[in-house]
Amino acid sequence: MKETVIIAGFGGQGVLSMGKILAYAGVMQGMEVSWMPAYGPEMRGGTANVTVIMGDRPVSSPIAHEFDSAVILNQQSMDKFEPMVRAGGVLIYDTNGITRHPVRTDIEVWAMDATGEAARRGMTRMFNTMVLGGFLTVRPVVSSESVVEGLRRSLPERAQKSIPANEEAMRAGAEMIERVV
Amino acid sequence: MEDIKLIKGNEAVALGAIRGGCDGYFGYPITPQSEVLETLMELRPWETTGMVVLQAESEVASINMVYGGAACGKRVMTSSSSPGVSLMTEGISYLAGAELPCLIVNVQRGGPGLGTIQPSQSDYFQAVKGGGHGDYHMIVLAPASVQEMYDHVFDGFDLAFRYRVPVMMLADGIIGQMMEKVVMTRQRPRWTAEEIAEMSDSWATTGKHSGRERNVATSLELDSQVMEQRNERLQARYRQIEEREVRFEEHGMDDAEYVMVAFGSSARIASETMEMARRDGMKVGLLRPVTLWPFPSKRIAELAAAGVKGILVPELNAGQMVEDVRLAVQGGSDKKIPVWHYGRLGGMVYSPDDIYSELKRRSDECAG
Repeated sequence: MKETVIIAGFGGQGVLSMGKILAYAGVMQGMEVSWMPAYGPEMRGGTANVTVIMGDRPVSSPIAHEFDSAVILNQQSMDKFEPMVRAGGVLIYDTNGITRHPVRTDIEVWAMDATGEAARRGMTRMFNTMVLGGFLTVRPVVSSESVVEGLRRSLPERAQKSIPANEEAMRAGAEMIERVV
Repeated sequence: MEDIKLIKGNEAVALGAIRGGCDGYFGYPITPQSEVLETLMELRPWETTGMVVLQAESEVASINMVYGGAACGKRVMTSSSSPGVSLMTEGISYLAGAELPCLIVNVQRGGPGLGTIQPSQSDYFQAVKGGGHGDYHMIVLAPASVQEMYDHVFDGFDLAFRYRVPVMMLADGIIGQMMEKVVMTRQRPRWTAEEIAEMSDSWATTGKHSGRERNVATSLELDSQVMEQRNERLQARYRQIEEREVRFEEHGMDDAEYVMVAFGSSARIASETMEMARRDGMKVGLLRPVTLWPFPSKRIAELAAAGVKGILVPELNAGQMVEDVRLAVQGGSDKKIPVWHYGRLGGMVYSPDDIYSELKRRSDECAG
Protein backbone atom coordinates (compact mmCIF):
# COMPACT_ATOMS: atom_id res chain seq x y z
CA MET A 1 0.00 0.00 0.00
CA LYS A 2 1.23 3.49 -0.85
CA GLU A 3 -0.61 6.81 -0.78
CA THR A 4 0.82 10.02 -2.22
CA VAL A 5 -1.11 13.04 -0.93
CA ILE A 6 -0.77 16.73 -1.79
CA ILE A 7 -2.25 19.20 0.66
CA ALA A 8 -2.33 22.74 -0.71
CA GLY A 9 -3.78 26.10 0.28
CA PHE A 10 -2.78 29.46 1.74
CA GLY A 11 -0.04 29.94 4.27
CA GLY A 12 -1.78 30.10 7.65
CA GLN A 13 -4.51 27.55 6.93
CA GLY A 14 -2.56 24.85 8.72
CA VAL A 15 -1.57 23.04 5.54
CA LEU A 16 1.88 21.99 6.73
CA SER A 17 0.68 20.98 10.18
CA MET A 18 -2.19 18.98 8.70
CA GLY A 19 0.40 17.09 6.69
CA LYS A 20 2.48 16.59 9.79
CA ILE A 21 -0.47 15.24 11.77
CA LEU A 22 -1.25 12.83 8.94
CA ALA A 23 2.39 11.71 8.69
CA TYR A 24 2.65 11.34 12.45
CA ALA A 25 -0.49 9.17 12.51
CA GLY A 26 1.20 6.99 9.88
CA VAL A 27 4.25 6.63 12.11
CA MET A 28 1.93 5.61 14.97
CA GLN A 29 0.71 2.77 12.78
CA GLY A 30 4.22 1.66 11.91
CA MET A 31 4.09 3.05 8.36
CA GLU A 32 6.95 4.53 6.38
CA VAL A 33 6.33 8.22 5.68
CA SER A 34 7.84 11.29 4.09
CA TRP A 35 6.68 14.91 4.45
CA MET A 36 8.05 17.32 1.86
CA PRO A 37 6.98 20.98 2.04
CA ALA A 38 7.25 23.63 -0.62
CA TYR A 39 9.36 25.93 1.51
CA GLY A 40 10.47 29.52 1.25
CA PRO A 41 8.84 32.61 -0.20
CA GLU A 42 5.93 30.53 -1.49
CA MET A 43 4.74 30.40 2.11
CA ARG A 44 4.63 34.12 2.82
CA GLY A 45 1.03 35.10 2.18
CA GLY A 46 1.07 33.00 -0.94
CA THR A 47 0.34 29.35 -1.38
CA ALA A 48 1.66 26.61 0.86
CA ASN A 49 1.73 22.94 0.05
CA VAL A 50 3.13 19.71 1.35
CA THR A 51 3.49 16.25 -0.16
CA VAL A 52 2.92 13.41 2.27
CA ILE A 53 3.76 9.89 1.12
CA MET A 54 2.89 6.95 3.32
CA GLY A 55 3.01 3.22 2.84
CA ASP A 56 4.29 -0.10 4.05
CA ARG A 57 7.63 0.17 2.23
CA PRO A 58 10.33 2.84 2.63
CA VAL A 59 9.46 5.89 0.53
CA SER A 60 11.72 6.13 -2.51
CA SER A 61 11.15 9.60 -3.96
CA PRO A 62 9.77 12.25 -1.59
CA ILE A 63 9.15 14.36 -4.72
CA ALA A 64 6.03 13.50 -6.70
CA HIS A 65 4.37 15.11 -9.69
CA GLU A 66 1.34 12.79 -9.61
CA PHE A 67 -0.89 12.26 -6.62
CA ASP A 68 -3.31 9.58 -5.40
CA SER A 69 -5.21 12.23 -3.51
CA ALA A 70 -5.28 16.01 -3.31
CA VAL A 71 -6.64 18.20 -0.52
CA ILE A 72 -7.23 21.63 -2.08
CA LEU A 73 -7.89 24.68 0.04
CA ASN A 74 -7.70 27.62 -2.38
CA GLN A 75 -8.17 28.49 -6.05
CA GLN A 76 -4.49 28.71 -7.01
CA SER A 77 -3.94 25.23 -5.63
CA MET A 78 -6.99 23.95 -7.52
CA ASP A 79 -5.57 25.34 -10.76
CA LYS A 80 -2.15 23.89 -10.09
CA PHE A 81 -2.94 20.46 -8.65
CA GLU A 82 -6.23 19.32 -10.19
CA PRO A 83 -4.40 18.18 -13.34
CA MET A 84 -1.83 16.33 -11.24
CA VAL A 85 -4.23 13.86 -9.60
CA ARG A 86 -3.85 10.45 -11.18
CA ALA A 87 -6.85 9.02 -13.05
CA GLY A 88 -9.00 7.18 -10.52
CA GLY A 89 -7.58 9.31 -7.69
CA VAL A 90 -9.40 11.56 -5.28
CA LEU A 91 -9.71 15.35 -5.00
CA ILE A 92 -11.13 16.91 -1.86
CA TYR A 93 -11.69 20.63 -1.63
CA ASP A 94 -12.95 23.32 0.67
CA THR A 95 -15.55 25.33 -1.24
CA ASN A 96 -14.65 28.65 0.36
CA GLY A 97 -13.20 31.05 -2.19
CA ILE A 98 -13.37 28.53 -5.02
CA THR A 99 -14.64 30.24 -8.16
CA ARG A 100 -13.72 27.52 -10.65
CA HIS A 101 -14.83 24.11 -9.47
CA PRO A 102 -13.04 20.95 -10.55
CA VAL A 103 -13.75 19.77 -14.08
CA ARG A 104 -12.13 16.32 -14.10
CA THR A 105 -14.54 13.41 -14.49
CA ASP A 106 -11.94 10.62 -14.27
CA ILE A 107 -11.34 11.22 -10.56
CA GLU A 108 -13.53 11.21 -7.46
CA VAL A 109 -14.33 14.74 -6.30
CA TRP A 110 -15.51 15.49 -2.76
CA ALA A 111 -16.36 18.91 -1.30
CA MET A 112 -16.83 20.42 2.13
CA ASP A 113 -17.41 23.86 3.60
CA ALA A 114 -14.96 23.48 6.45
CA THR A 115 -14.19 27.21 6.53
CA GLY A 116 -17.86 28.03 7.15
CA GLU A 117 -18.48 25.19 9.60
CA ALA A 118 -15.34 25.95 11.61
CA ALA A 119 -16.46 29.59 11.87
CA ARG A 120 -20.00 28.61 12.93
CA ARG A 121 -18.60 26.39 15.67
CA GLY A 122 -16.12 29.02 16.77
CA MET A 123 -13.22 26.70 16.04
CA THR A 124 -11.44 28.34 13.11
CA ARG A 125 -8.12 27.12 14.47
CA MET A 126 -9.34 23.53 14.06
CA PHE A 127 -10.03 24.13 10.36
CA ASN A 128 -7.22 21.83 9.29
CA THR A 129 -8.22 18.88 11.48
CA MET A 130 -11.79 19.33 10.25
CA VAL A 131 -10.54 18.95 6.68
CA LEU A 132 -8.42 16.01 7.82
CA GLY A 133 -11.56 14.37 9.26
CA GLY A 134 -13.20 14.71 5.85
CA PHE A 135 -10.13 13.39 4.05
CA LEU A 136 -9.85 10.31 6.27
CA THR A 137 -13.52 9.49 5.66
CA VAL A 138 -12.88 9.34 1.94
CA ARG A 139 -9.37 7.96 2.18
CA PRO A 140 -8.95 6.01 5.43
CA VAL A 141 -5.18 5.61 5.16
CA VAL A 142 -4.82 5.94 8.94
CA SER A 143 -7.32 5.54 11.78
CA SER A 144 -8.61 8.54 13.69
CA GLU A 145 -7.25 6.86 16.86
CA SER A 146 -3.77 7.10 15.36
CA VAL A 147 -4.36 10.76 14.57
CA VAL A 148 -5.31 11.45 18.18
CA GLU A 149 -2.34 9.43 19.43
CA GLY A 150 -0.13 11.37 17.01
CA LEU A 151 -1.49 14.67 18.33
CA ARG A 152 -0.88 13.54 21.90
CA ARG A 153 2.72 12.77 21.15
CA SER A 154 3.55 15.69 18.86
CA LEU A 155 1.73 18.63 20.44
CA PRO A 156 3.58 20.62 23.10
CA GLU A 157 2.23 20.50 26.67
CA ARG A 158 0.35 23.81 26.37
CA ALA A 159 -1.58 22.60 23.32
CA GLN A 160 -2.63 19.20 24.71
CA LYS A 161 -5.91 20.64 25.96
CA SER A 162 -6.99 21.30 22.37
CA ILE A 163 -7.12 17.58 21.55
CA PRO A 164 -10.84 17.05 22.40
CA ALA A 165 -11.76 20.05 20.21
CA ASN A 166 -9.65 18.59 17.42
CA GLU A 167 -11.49 15.29 17.76
CA GLU A 168 -14.80 17.15 17.52
CA ALA A 169 -13.56 18.98 14.42
CA MET A 170 -12.54 15.70 12.80
CA ARG A 171 -15.98 14.21 13.45
CA ALA A 172 -17.62 17.32 12.01
CA GLY A 173 -15.44 17.08 8.92
CA ALA A 174 -16.28 13.42 8.50
CA GLU A 175 -20.02 14.17 8.64
CA MET A 176 -19.94 17.16 6.34
CA ILE A 177 -17.93 15.95 3.36
CA GLU A 178 -20.01 15.14 0.26
CA ARG A 179 -19.24 13.51 -3.02
CA VAL A 180 -19.63 15.78 -6.03
CA VAL A 181 -18.35 13.60 -8.88
CA MET B 1 10.89 0.55 22.61
CA GLU B 2 12.88 2.23 19.87
CA ASP B 3 13.23 5.97 20.15
CA ILE B 4 11.72 7.14 16.83
CA LYS B 5 11.13 10.75 15.88
CA LEU B 6 9.41 12.33 12.88
CA ILE B 7 11.68 15.28 12.14
CA LYS B 8 13.19 17.42 9.39
CA GLY B 9 16.65 16.67 8.04
CA ASN B 10 17.97 19.88 9.55
CA GLU B 11 16.57 18.95 12.95
CA ALA B 12 18.19 15.54 12.59
CA VAL B 13 21.59 17.23 12.15
CA ALA B 14 21.04 19.16 15.39
CA LEU B 15 19.97 16.05 17.28
CA GLY B 16 22.84 14.06 15.79
CA ALA B 17 25.24 16.72 17.02
CA ILE B 18 23.92 16.56 20.58
CA ARG B 19 23.64 12.75 20.73
CA GLY B 20 26.94 12.34 18.94
CA GLY B 21 28.84 14.09 21.72
CA CYS B 22 29.63 17.26 19.79
CA ASP B 23 31.45 19.87 21.88
CA GLY B 24 30.56 22.98 19.93
CA TYR B 25 28.43 24.27 17.08
CA PHE B 26 29.15 27.66 15.53
CA GLY B 27 26.89 28.92 12.77
CA TYR B 28 24.99 31.69 11.10
CA PRO B 29 21.39 31.36 9.81
CA ILE B 30 20.65 30.86 6.13
CA THR B 31 17.75 29.20 4.30
CA PRO B 32 17.28 26.26 3.81
CA GLN B 33 19.28 25.11 6.85
CA SER B 34 18.33 27.57 9.58
CA GLU B 35 16.54 24.86 11.57
CA VAL B 36 19.91 23.39 12.54
CA LEU B 37 20.80 26.41 14.67
CA GLU B 38 17.16 27.00 15.69
CA THR B 39 16.76 23.45 16.94
CA LEU B 40 20.02 23.57 18.86
CA MET B 41 18.99 26.85 20.50
CA GLU B 42 15.62 25.37 21.42
CA LEU B 43 17.08 22.17 22.88
CA ARG B 44 19.69 24.06 24.95
CA PRO B 45 22.27 21.26 25.03
CA TRP B 46 24.62 23.45 27.09
CA GLU B 47 22.36 22.58 30.02
CA THR B 48 22.59 18.82 29.45
CA THR B 49 25.72 17.61 27.64
CA GLY B 50 27.59 20.89 28.03
CA MET B 51 27.76 21.41 24.25
CA VAL B 52 28.38 25.02 23.22
CA VAL B 53 25.96 26.50 20.66
CA LEU B 54 26.87 29.89 19.32
CA GLN B 55 25.40 32.11 16.63
CA ALA B 56 28.46 33.86 15.28
CA GLU B 57 28.42 37.24 13.55
CA SER B 58 29.09 35.67 10.15
CA GLU B 59 30.04 32.50 8.34
CA VAL B 60 33.67 33.63 8.31
CA ALA B 61 33.62 33.93 12.08
CA SER B 62 31.85 30.55 12.41
CA ILE B 63 34.46 28.61 10.49
CA ASN B 64 37.30 30.27 12.38
CA MET B 65 35.63 29.39 15.69
CA VAL B 66 35.52 25.83 14.35
CA TYR B 67 39.26 26.12 13.69
CA GLY B 68 39.84 27.17 17.30
CA GLY B 69 37.74 24.38 18.75
CA ALA B 70 39.25 21.77 16.45
CA ALA B 71 42.77 22.87 17.38
CA CYS B 72 41.88 22.04 21.00
CA GLY B 73 40.97 18.49 19.98
CA LYS B 74 37.22 19.06 20.40
CA ARG B 75 34.39 17.71 18.26
CA VAL B 76 33.21 20.92 16.61
CA MET B 77 31.02 21.71 13.64
CA THR B 78 29.21 24.31 11.59
CA SER B 79 26.45 24.27 9.01
CA SER B 80 25.35 26.60 6.26
CA SER B 81 23.97 26.71 2.75
CA SER B 82 25.79 27.36 -0.50
CA PRO B 83 26.57 31.14 -0.36
CA GLY B 84 27.52 30.77 3.31
CA VAL B 85 29.80 27.83 2.54
CA SER B 86 31.53 29.91 -0.13
CA LEU B 87 32.35 32.42 2.60
CA MET B 88 33.80 29.60 4.69
CA THR B 89 36.09 28.11 2.06
CA GLU B 90 39.17 30.06 3.08
CA GLY B 91 38.75 28.72 6.61
CA ILE B 92 38.19 25.20 5.31
CA SER B 93 41.48 25.37 3.39
CA TYR B 94 43.22 26.50 6.60
CA LEU B 95 41.63 23.64 8.55
CA ALA B 96 42.84 21.16 5.92
CA GLY B 97 46.31 22.75 5.93
CA ALA B 98 46.56 22.63 9.71
CA GLU B 99 45.31 19.00 9.68
CA LEU B 100 42.36 19.71 11.92
CA PRO B 101 39.27 17.50 12.22
CA CYS B 102 35.81 19.06 12.00
CA LEU B 103 32.38 18.67 10.45
CA ILE B 104 30.84 21.12 7.98
CA VAL B 105 27.26 20.65 6.78
CA ASN B 106 26.19 22.22 3.47
CA VAL B 107 22.42 22.15 2.84
CA GLN B 108 22.74 23.26 -0.76
CA ARG B 109 20.55 25.78 -2.56
CA GLY B 110 20.63 26.95 -6.16
CA GLY B 111 23.38 29.31 -7.28
CA PRO B 112 25.54 30.94 -8.48
CA GLY B 113 25.69 33.96 -6.19
CA LEU B 114 22.80 34.40 -3.79
CA GLY B 115 20.83 32.37 -6.29
CA THR B 116 17.65 30.86 -4.90
CA ILE B 117 16.63 29.19 -1.67
CA GLN B 118 15.32 26.11 -3.47
CA PRO B 119 17.26 22.82 -3.46
CA SER B 120 20.23 22.17 -5.72
CA GLN B 121 23.32 19.98 -5.97
CA SER B 122 25.48 22.51 -7.70
CA ASP B 123 28.20 22.66 -5.03
CA TYR B 124 29.52 19.19 -5.89
CA PHE B 125 32.69 20.57 -7.49
CA GLN B 126 33.23 22.94 -4.59
CA ALA B 127 32.92 20.09 -2.09
CA VAL B 128 34.94 17.35 -3.80
CA LYS B 129 37.48 19.31 -5.85
CA GLY B 130 38.56 21.74 -3.18
CA GLY B 131 36.61 24.97 -3.08
CA GLY B 132 39.38 26.64 -1.17
CA HIS B 133 42.98 26.98 -2.39
CA GLY B 134 45.76 24.43 -2.20
CA ASP B 135 46.01 20.69 -2.74
CA TYR B 136 43.54 19.38 -0.20
CA HIS B 137 40.54 17.13 0.13
CA MET B 138 37.66 16.84 2.51
CA ILE B 139 35.87 13.57 3.03
CA VAL B 140 32.43 14.31 1.58
CA LEU B 141 29.35 12.40 2.75
CA ALA B 142 26.09 12.66 0.79
CA PRO B 143 23.08 11.92 3.02
CA ALA B 144 20.00 10.74 1.13
CA SER B 145 17.54 10.48 4.00
CA VAL B 146 16.70 12.18 7.26
CA GLN B 147 18.11 9.13 9.05
CA GLU B 148 21.43 9.72 7.31
CA MET B 149 21.33 13.41 8.27
CA TYR B 150 21.47 12.05 11.82
CA ASP B 151 23.86 9.13 11.28
CA HIS B 152 26.36 11.04 9.15
CA VAL B 153 27.05 13.43 12.00
CA PHE B 154 28.42 10.48 13.99
CA ASP B 155 30.24 9.04 10.96
CA GLY B 156 31.54 12.47 10.02
CA PHE B 157 33.16 13.08 13.39
CA ASP B 158 34.63 9.55 13.44
CA LEU B 159 36.18 10.00 10.00
CA ALA B 160 37.41 13.51 10.76
CA PHE B 161 39.30 12.31 13.82
CA ARG B 162 40.54 9.08 12.25
CA TYR B 163 42.31 11.05 9.51
CA ARG B 164 42.49 14.56 10.94
CA VAL B 165 40.71 16.09 7.98
CA PRO B 166 37.63 18.29 7.63
CA VAL B 167 34.54 16.26 6.71
CA MET B 168 31.63 17.74 4.80
CA MET B 169 28.05 16.52 4.74
CA LEU B 170 26.74 17.62 1.34
CA ALA B 171 22.96 17.70 1.66
CA ASP B 172 20.42 19.92 -0.07
CA GLY B 173 17.15 21.74 0.58
CA ILE B 174 15.10 18.61 -0.06
CA ILE B 175 16.88 16.47 2.52
CA GLY B 176 17.13 19.41 4.93
CA GLN B 177 13.46 20.39 4.79
CA MET B 178 11.73 17.02 4.49
CA MET B 179 10.50 15.03 7.47
CA GLU B 180 11.00 11.30 7.87
CA LYS B 181 11.30 8.84 10.70
CA VAL B 182 14.61 8.77 12.51
CA VAL B 183 15.71 6.04 14.86
CA MET B 184 17.62 7.83 17.59
CA THR B 185 20.67 6.25 19.15
CA ARG B 186 21.80 6.50 22.73
CA GLN B 187 23.71 9.54 23.93
CA ARG B 188 27.41 9.28 23.10
CA PRO B 189 29.28 11.14 25.84
CA ARG B 190 31.46 14.11 25.04
CA TRP B 191 35.15 13.44 25.48
CA THR B 192 36.65 14.47 28.79
CA ALA B 193 39.72 16.70 28.89
CA GLU B 194 41.75 13.65 29.95
CA GLU B 195 40.50 11.60 27.03
CA ILE B 196 41.35 14.39 24.60
CA ALA B 197 44.80 14.81 26.11
CA GLU B 198 45.43 11.08 25.80
CA MET B 199 44.05 10.72 22.28
CA SER B 200 45.29 13.88 20.64
CA ASP B 201 48.39 14.78 22.63
CA SER B 202 50.59 14.73 19.53
CA TRP B 203 48.77 17.62 17.87
CA ALA B 204 46.01 19.25 19.94
CA THR B 205 46.68 22.46 21.85
CA THR B 206 45.68 21.03 25.20
CA GLY B 207 48.48 22.66 27.17
CA LYS B 208 52.21 22.04 26.99
CA HIS B 209 53.70 19.55 29.41
CA SER B 210 57.28 18.50 30.00
CA GLY B 211 56.95 15.41 27.81
CA ARG B 212 56.77 17.25 24.47
CA GLU B 213 57.28 20.48 22.53
CA ARG B 214 54.46 22.99 22.06
CA ASN B 215 51.69 21.92 19.70
CA VAL B 216 50.98 24.63 17.16
CA ALA B 217 47.91 24.48 14.93
CA THR B 218 48.91 26.33 11.80
CA SER B 219 48.83 25.90 8.06
CA LEU B 220 51.78 28.30 7.58
CA GLU B 221 55.23 26.93 6.70
CA LEU B 222 57.64 29.32 5.00
CA ASP B 223 60.27 26.67 4.28
CA SER B 224 59.13 25.17 0.99
CA GLN B 225 60.97 21.93 1.55
CA VAL B 226 59.11 21.39 4.80
CA MET B 227 55.89 22.51 3.13
CA GLU B 228 56.39 19.95 0.39
CA GLN B 229 56.84 17.25 3.03
CA ARG B 230 53.66 18.38 4.73
CA ASN B 231 51.82 18.18 1.40
CA GLU B 232 53.23 14.71 0.77
CA ARG B 233 52.04 13.60 4.19
CA LEU B 234 48.56 14.92 3.37
CA GLN B 235 48.58 13.20 -0.01
CA ALA B 236 49.62 9.90 1.55
CA ARG B 237 46.71 10.21 3.95
CA TYR B 238 44.33 10.98 1.07
CA ARG B 239 45.50 7.81 -0.74
CA GLN B 240 44.81 5.88 2.47
CA ILE B 241 41.31 7.37 2.65
CA GLU B 242 40.68 6.48 -1.00
CA GLU B 243 41.79 2.95 -0.23
CA ARG B 244 39.65 2.43 2.87
CA GLU B 245 36.68 4.74 3.04
CA VAL B 246 34.78 4.54 -0.25
CA ARG B 247 31.11 3.99 0.58
CA PHE B 248 28.24 3.37 -1.79
CA GLU B 249 24.93 1.55 -2.07
CA GLU B 250 23.57 -0.26 -5.09
CA HIS B 251 20.26 -1.72 -6.16
CA GLY B 252 19.20 -3.91 -9.06
CA MET B 253 22.76 -4.33 -10.29
CA ASP B 254 22.66 -8.13 -10.85
CA ASP B 255 21.05 -7.96 -14.28
CA ALA B 256 21.29 -4.22 -15.01
CA GLU B 257 21.72 -3.18 -18.64
CA TYR B 258 21.51 0.50 -17.81
CA VAL B 259 22.79 2.09 -14.63
CA MET B 260 21.94 5.36 -12.94
CA VAL B 261 24.51 6.96 -10.66
CA ALA B 262 22.96 9.53 -8.34
CA PHE B 263 23.66 11.01 -4.91
CA GLY B 264 21.59 12.53 -2.11
CA SER B 265 18.06 13.64 -2.99
CA SER B 266 18.60 12.72 -6.65
CA ALA B 267 19.26 9.13 -5.63
CA ARG B 268 15.89 9.06 -3.86
CA ILE B 269 14.09 10.38 -6.94
CA ALA B 270 16.05 8.04 -9.22
CA SER B 271 15.22 5.03 -7.04
CA GLU B 272 11.57 5.57 -7.93
CA THR B 273 12.55 5.90 -11.59
CA MET B 274 14.25 2.52 -11.24
CA GLU B 275 11.06 0.96 -9.81
CA MET B 276 9.03 2.41 -12.70
CA ALA B 277 11.51 1.14 -15.29
CA ARG B 278 11.63 -2.33 -13.74
CA ARG B 279 7.81 -2.53 -13.76
CA ASP B 280 8.06 -1.93 -17.52
CA GLY B 281 10.64 -4.70 -17.85
CA MET B 282 13.64 -2.42 -18.37
CA LYS B 283 16.72 -3.70 -16.56
CA VAL B 284 17.96 -0.68 -14.66
CA GLY B 285 20.27 -0.46 -11.66
CA LEU B 286 21.11 2.38 -9.30
CA LEU B 287 24.44 3.17 -7.70
CA ARG B 288 24.36 5.76 -4.94
CA PRO B 289 27.73 7.10 -3.81
CA VAL B 290 27.54 7.70 -0.06
CA THR B 291 31.01 9.22 -0.11
CA LEU B 292 31.49 11.68 -2.97
CA TRP B 293 35.14 11.93 -2.04
CA PRO B 294 36.54 9.34 -2.01
CA PHE B 295 34.48 8.41 -5.07
CA PRO B 296 33.43 4.82 -5.94
CA SER B 297 35.42 4.94 -9.19
CA LYS B 298 36.53 1.31 -9.04
CA ARG B 299 33.01 -0.01 -8.77
CA ILE B 300 31.84 2.17 -11.66
CA ALA B 301 34.75 0.92 -13.78
CA GLU B 302 33.77 -2.67 -12.93
CA LEU B 303 30.21 -2.03 -14.05
CA ALA B 304 31.43 -0.53 -17.31
CA ALA B 305 33.75 -3.48 -17.89
CA ALA B 306 30.96 -5.93 -17.07
CA GLY B 307 28.99 -4.81 -20.11
CA VAL B 308 26.54 -2.19 -18.90
CA LYS B 309 25.18 -0.44 -22.01
CA GLY B 310 25.07 3.09 -20.65
CA ILE B 311 25.15 5.17 -17.50
CA LEU B 312 22.76 8.03 -16.75
CA VAL B 313 23.81 10.56 -14.11
CA PRO B 314 20.87 12.62 -12.87
CA GLU B 315 21.98 15.47 -10.63
CA LEU B 316 20.49 18.85 -9.76
CA ASN B 317 23.23 20.80 -11.54
CA ALA B 318 24.64 21.36 -15.02
CA GLY B 319 26.87 18.26 -14.98
CA GLN B 320 29.39 17.90 -12.16
CA MET B 321 29.51 14.38 -10.72
CA VAL B 322 29.09 13.11 -14.27
CA GLU B 323 32.73 14.12 -14.85
CA ASP B 324 33.90 11.75 -12.11
CA VAL B 325 31.73 8.99 -13.53
CA ARG B 326 33.29 9.56 -16.99
CA LEU B 327 36.79 9.53 -15.50
CA ALA B 328 35.99 6.27 -13.73
CA VAL B 329 34.69 4.67 -16.92
CA GLN B 330 37.53 5.90 -19.13
CA GLY B 331 40.24 5.23 -16.60
CA GLY B 332 39.14 1.80 -15.50
CA SER B 333 37.68 0.05 -18.51
CA ASP B 334 38.62 -0.63 -22.13
CA LYS B 335 34.98 -0.63 -23.10
CA LYS B 336 33.62 2.67 -24.33
CA ILE B 337 30.16 3.12 -22.96
CA PRO B 338 28.11 6.30 -23.07
CA VAL B 339 27.75 8.35 -19.89
CA TRP B 340 24.87 10.83 -20.01
CA HIS B 341 24.04 13.72 -17.74
CA TYR B 342 20.52 14.84 -16.89
CA GLY B 343 19.89 17.87 -14.72
CA ARG B 344 17.68 20.71 -13.61
CA LEU B 345 19.15 24.01 -12.55
CA GLY B 346 18.67 26.90 -10.18
CA GLY B 347 16.42 25.20 -7.65
CA MET B 348 14.13 23.32 -10.05
CA VAL B 349 13.68 19.63 -9.22
CA TYR B 350 12.91 16.77 -11.61
CA SER B 351 10.33 14.08 -10.91
CA PRO B 352 10.89 10.31 -11.20
CA ASP B 353 8.98 10.49 -14.53
CA ASP B 354 11.29 13.19 -15.89
CA ILE B 355 14.33 11.01 -15.26
CA TYR B 356 12.54 8.01 -16.72
CA SER B 357 11.73 9.88 -19.94
CA GLU B 358 15.38 10.82 -20.28
CA LEU B 359 16.49 7.25 -19.57
CA LYS B 360 14.15 5.89 -22.24
CA ARG B 361 15.26 8.53 -24.76
CA ARG B 362 18.92 7.65 -24.17
CA SER B 363 18.42 3.90 -24.24
CA ASP B 364 16.39 4.20 -27.46
CA GLU B 365 19.28 6.15 -28.99
CA CYS B 366 21.61 3.38 -27.91
CA ALA B 367 19.43 0.66 -29.38
CA GLY B 368 18.74 2.63 -32.56
